[in-house]
Amino acid sequence: MRRGVIAAVLVVAVLAAVVGATARSSAHAGTKADTITVWVGWSARELQGFKKIAAEYDKQHPEVNVKVVGGINDDKITASIRSGNVPDVVSSFTSANVGSYCKSGAWLDLKPFLSKDHLDVNVFPKTSQYYTQFNGKRCALPFLADVYGFYYNKKMFKAAGLKGPPKTMSQLTAYAKKLTKRGSNGTFKVLGYNPFLGFYAGNAPDLSSYAPLFGAKYVDGSGKSVLSKDPAWGRLLRWQKNLVDYYGYKNLQKFNAGAADEFSASHAFEIGKLAMMIDGEWRVAFIKAEHPGLDYATAPAPVDDSKPNLYGAGYVNGTIIGIPKGVKHKDQAWALLKYLTFNAHPLAQFSNAIRNVPTTKQSLNSKEIKPDAHFKTFLNIFSNANSKTTPITAAGNAYGTLIQAFAVKWQAGHAGDLSKGLQKLDKQINAQLKQAQAGGVP
Amino acid sequence: MTEAAATAAAPFTAERKRARRRAAWRRRRLVLLLMSPWLVGFSVFFGYPLVMSVYLSFTHYDLLSSPKWIGLANYKYLFRDDPQVGQAVKNTIWIIVVMVPLQVLFAFGVAMMLARAKRGGGFFRTVFYLPALAPPVAATLAFVYILNPATGPVNIILSHLGIEGPLWFQSPGWSKPSLVLLGLWGVGNVMIIFLAAVLDVPQHLYESAELDGAGPLQRMRWVTLPTISPVILFSVVIGVIAGMQYFTQAYVASNVASGQASQAGDQTVNNLGYPEGSTLFYPVFLYQHGFREFNMGYASALSVLLLVVAFSVTLFIIVNSRRWVHYAGAVK
Repeated sequence: MRRGVIAAVLVVAVLAAVVGATARSSAHAGTKADTITVWVGWSARELQGFKKIAAEYDKQHPEVNVKVVGGINDDKITASIRSGNVPDVVSSFTSANVGSYCKSGAWLDLKPFLSKDHLDVNVFPKTSQYYTQFNGKRCALPFLADVYGFYYNKKMFKAAGLKGPPKTMSQLTAYAKKLTKRGSNGTFKVLGYNPFLGFYAGNAPDLSSYAPLFGAKYVDGSGKSVLSKDPAWGRLLRWQKNLVDYYGYKNLQKFNAGAADEFSASHAFEIGKLAMMIDGEWRVAFIKAEHPGLDYATAPAPVDDSKPNLYGAGYVNGTIIGIPKGVKHKDQAWALLKYLTFNAHPLAQFSNAIRNVPTTKQSLNSKEIKPDAHFKTFLNIFSNANSKTTPITAAGNAYGTLIQAFAVKWQAGHAGDLSKGLQKLDKQINAQLKQAQAGGVP
Repeated sequence: MTEAAATAAAPFTAERKRARRRAAWRRRRLVLLLMSPWLVGFSVFFGYPLVMSVYLSFTHYDLLSSPKWIGLANYKYLFRDDPQVGQAVKNTIWIIVVMVPLQVLFAFGVAMMLARAKRGGGFFRTVFYLPALAPPVAATLAFVYILNPATGPVNIILSHLGIEGPLWFQSPGWSKPSLVLLGLWGVGNVMIIFLAAVLDVPQHLYESAELDGAGPLQRMRWVTLPTISPVILFSVVIGVIAGMQYFTQAYVASNVASGQASQAGDQTVNNLGYPEGSTLFYPVFLYQHGFREFNMGYASALSVLLLVVAFSVTLFIIVNSRRWVHYAGAVK
């Protein structure tokens, strides 16, 4: 009797497994489905969001199985292309590397694909068009953008009698001082605004998140560095240093050392240790997931006092996506790439999931985008004509390393005379670009 | 009569010569066969990369396109224009000049104490050796944590004593000394070699010196140090080469201390050398060019320079060591 029961259970279990397997493969019944591998940089919650839209495509296209691999960075991308063992679709957070990918042919030129399907890249805003090509060669397309804006704690603003967000840098300084609460020994219970370069993404030490707020230009028409010639850089660095000095360099260092990791649930703004900050639009989703009760608002970041017309602009960057050299399923890869980047539906769905900014004009106004006042700010910044990204050069973002090396010394008070320092920096960047182009390399 | 003598005495006919040649060739083939795993490994993993590095140093190579010959352009940029290489070299010299002697002294000191320990010698040897088993990444993470100026236990204890602790890994002045502390903590490997050498010093030398009226310091100066001098030389050479290749601890410490370890793979964030380039050691700088900026031609030029300098310094130390290193049984 007992044996009979066990046998019956086993038979049922085997049948269930067979039925399950059949059901799973029924979507691709009668076809020999190709597996399309997609590499993305997202991980954890954000990766799940991407997998969802990939699964939707998979379901609609029985001829392919879409396999998603997350946590990819540019080291892995380069290694795979060098080895010839590449995914079908590849993406990178480092848009500055588009120069290397395009000029080397490591990512396929997408022009023939676009022409064949009569697709126009003007559906993307100009900034996104810029960071997905190099010297006119388009080897990538934009797949959601990162836009930097301003976050402030409404509860703290109310307590301090402040009504709206600061619109100029001098207002930001005044607000920062008003919102700061010091503890004993110079420590901060609450920091109004942390201007320390290197503290979280909003203070990228290469100054990329601040440059559009001061209208600062990196290069002239001939591609030469003009940091010492554009007075905006001096204003930016002096404003930043004044606020660092007000707080005390060492006190800020201690605050930074005690602050939790930027991508943890104990982020200083999220737990109320920071009243204001510049950050990317993704923070909206992080706050919603980690601290939904936080009383905050978003706005465009304050701008240089002498350029109030810039208000509304911000730093824009984004994920680039393309097809690597040596791809096995070129046509299927292009079909998926086209779907992900041109179709408003996946863009809107993925934007809803991770609250990154969708990258076509149509998807920006899509009714599928879940309304969210916090997030809307970033859609507006993205559309602003003065929003900028960093230059794409033959040296990738290596010039940013030199700017950073100077800027962090400057904020510590170790850089000496500002104008001489910027002149030297220009020379260094120009020499670096020359080295990157040695032998006539574009 | 020996076999060799018998062979020598035999007439050298042409056939005998050929037979000897065949036997010698067979011996050589056997030697080659036995050495082949090493030869293949050496050629593939050392010889080929070395030759390629030299070739690539004269090219523009972004890892993705074919290398393009640019002559001496990389070297010109390296010696004339690169604004960061000077700092990387200075940092590397600092770590060699400060850390290597301290490591040797510390390891020697601990070894002397352990050699004299009357009780619990095995226990203390284990205690002092254990840190050497900690993986460098884990050890560095632990040090950045305990030396965190805001939340680390070291500064908290110091503040209770009324002392304001330094910023450790957050300060350009203290970041390298913090790495030295980490290096001294993990000095177990060198210590164990010193311990073996110290225990190996013949007792009769100490007894003779004592009979001649030598005190502890004189015994150390005239007996211990000369006897263990080959080990000191070994430690110095290995330490200097390790200093020139100093990477893991600096890479981890800069990423973690800058508060952006979660983005270490994100190339838009460059924390290498944090703070203010004070931990930008030569190998870190090389890595930055080769694998962050895809400037592999230039990184190869940097690696060729490193090879030349490492070889020259090692040669210099070894040549100079003849004056102070004594080998047992050697005739001067």
